[in-house]
Amino acid sequence: MTPLLSVQDLSKMYGGHIGCKDVSFDLYPGEVMGIVGESGSGKSTLLNCMAGHLVPDAGQVVFDTRAEGPQDTVTMSEPERRMLGRTDWAFVHQHARDGLRMGVSAGGNVGERLMAVGARHYGDIRATATDWLERVEIDAGRIDDRPTTFSGGMQQRLQIARNLVTGPRLVFMDEPTGGLDVSVQARLLDLLRGLVRDMGLSAVIVTHDLAVVRLLADRLMVMKSGHVVEQGLTDQVLDDPQHGYTQLLVSSVLQV
Amino acid sequence: MTENAYNFAYLDEQTKRMIRRAILKGLAIPGYQVPFASREMPMPYGWGTGGVQVSAAVLTPEDRFKVIDQGADDTTNAVSIRSFFQRTAGVATTTHTQEATVIQTRHRIPEEPLNEGQILVYQVPIPEPLRFLEPRETETRKMHALEEYGLMHVKLYEDIARHGHIATAYAYPVKVEGRYVMDPSPIPKFDNPKMSGNAAIQLFGAGREQRIYALPPYTQVVSLDFEDHPFEASKADHPCGLCGADDSYLDEVIVDDAGGRMFVCSDTDFCDARQSAGFKGKDAA
Repeated sequence: MTPLLSVQDLSKMYGGHIGCKDVSFDLYPGEVMGIVGESGSGKSTLLNCMAGHLVPDAGQVVFDTRAEGPQDTVTMSEPERRMLGRTDWAFVHQHARDGLRMGVSAGGNVGERLMAVGARHYGDIRATATDWLERVEIDAGRIDDRPTTFSGGMQQRLQIARNLVTGPRLVFMDEPTGGLDVSVQARLLDLLRGLVRDMGLSAVIVTHDLAVVRLLADRLMVMKSGHVVEQGLTDQVLDDPQHGYTQLLVSSVLQV
Repeated sequence: MTENAYNFAYLDEQTKRMIRRAILKGLAIPGYQVPFASREMPMPYGWGTGGVQVSAAVLTPEDRFKVIDQGADDTTNAVSIRSFFQRTAGVATTTHTQEATVIQTRHRIPEEPLNEGQILVYQVPIPEPLRFLEPRETETRKMHALEEYGLMHVKLYEDIARHGHIATAYAYPVKVEGRYVMDPSPIPKFDNPKMSGNAAIQLFGAGREQRIYALPPYTQVVSLDFEDHPFEASKADHPCGLCGADDSYLDEVIVDDAGGRMFVCSDTDFCDARQSAGFKGKDAA
């Protein structure tokens, strides 16, 4: 089977500082990869390099495109990469405000990606938007309200709906549950798990919350100071951590 | 003021060359916003500094100049710009659309069809149609370059969601020759169809924003819309009170403090011509 996403020796330096160094992994269709590590360990740098938001200094990010098979997205032309960014890829930001248009209604936010790929029928766009709001458990009556009137959890769910509406195959998530209280986190995780399973999505999830990866991720990568120190099946890594840093990370989770 | 105080048409020749280069580039790429080094003009931004610079660059001593402000030849903006070029260029002026070779306009396209050889200069306050949806100029330029115009429809979507129909009534976005999305300056959308296939050269100047764009003659200009909410060139549903025309764009004028109002052609030259040809509306004296 061809991997959906194949990352090879990806490196990014910030001057003399290491962003991330020599990261390699394969992600197969339907698989969810978790990336954990402390603040500053290079998780977000890695994610942004993969999603094309940052230009890596070295390495390849090969994505299995629908039309032309595996392509290196680092060297592909910008229009092609941006096209991927609004069709087959999705990016869920930590802060919903970064991923939403706050001055545009919920329906417009969900509809934007549809219109960006050529939808020109108002009735159809609205019907799809309504459907998606319901799938992320937002009352369809709120379709014309602006995201500014939504709670943090609703904004995050709206951002997810807006990203998944074009049926992407790969979702990048940067701390999707960060900044939400635990009960809202639980609902969001439940929702995400359902969507990932139903749509057969592949996802790369960056988080520092081990509970999130335990629930969502099939495989886990542990990063420290820009390097991957351990990777493997999620349960394996969390239950039997090998590297000293991973052991520290697992043991520092508070038990209630 | 002495005769030699100013160069012909106020601007110096080097500046005019720079502006003409921008105009030529704009004509070569219809709808593309060409940056230019906008000069300080002896009038405030928002009074048509972009249009005035474009007019100055294209005027020749043989030209006959007309200025329209909201359709009218006799309002402040029109009078002051017309007298500006009378004094600095000494060109002939007119109020008749047919006689003019260069027409500078704010917010309207004349009702009478324009001919080959005429130049229509628009004053543009905000040249970027995507501005209010995407405030980053770097991003909107990229969107133009890569033809990513989905966002423009988000604006129209918001209109329908909020008002039940496309409520944008002026500065209605258009697509030029199937490529660039362009802000037609704040003309009413009633005028949008007149831009398409027009025999005249249409030039757009935005002074504060330092952008020039253009439509060469007979350019295809399509107003954006949805399949189930097609574009409509709307106007007030009345005939003109003075000349009786029912196919021209109308201004609503409050005539007393008891709710009295009348509708009159916004294009004063068009209305005058009809009145002198014997047409009479219901409010005509």
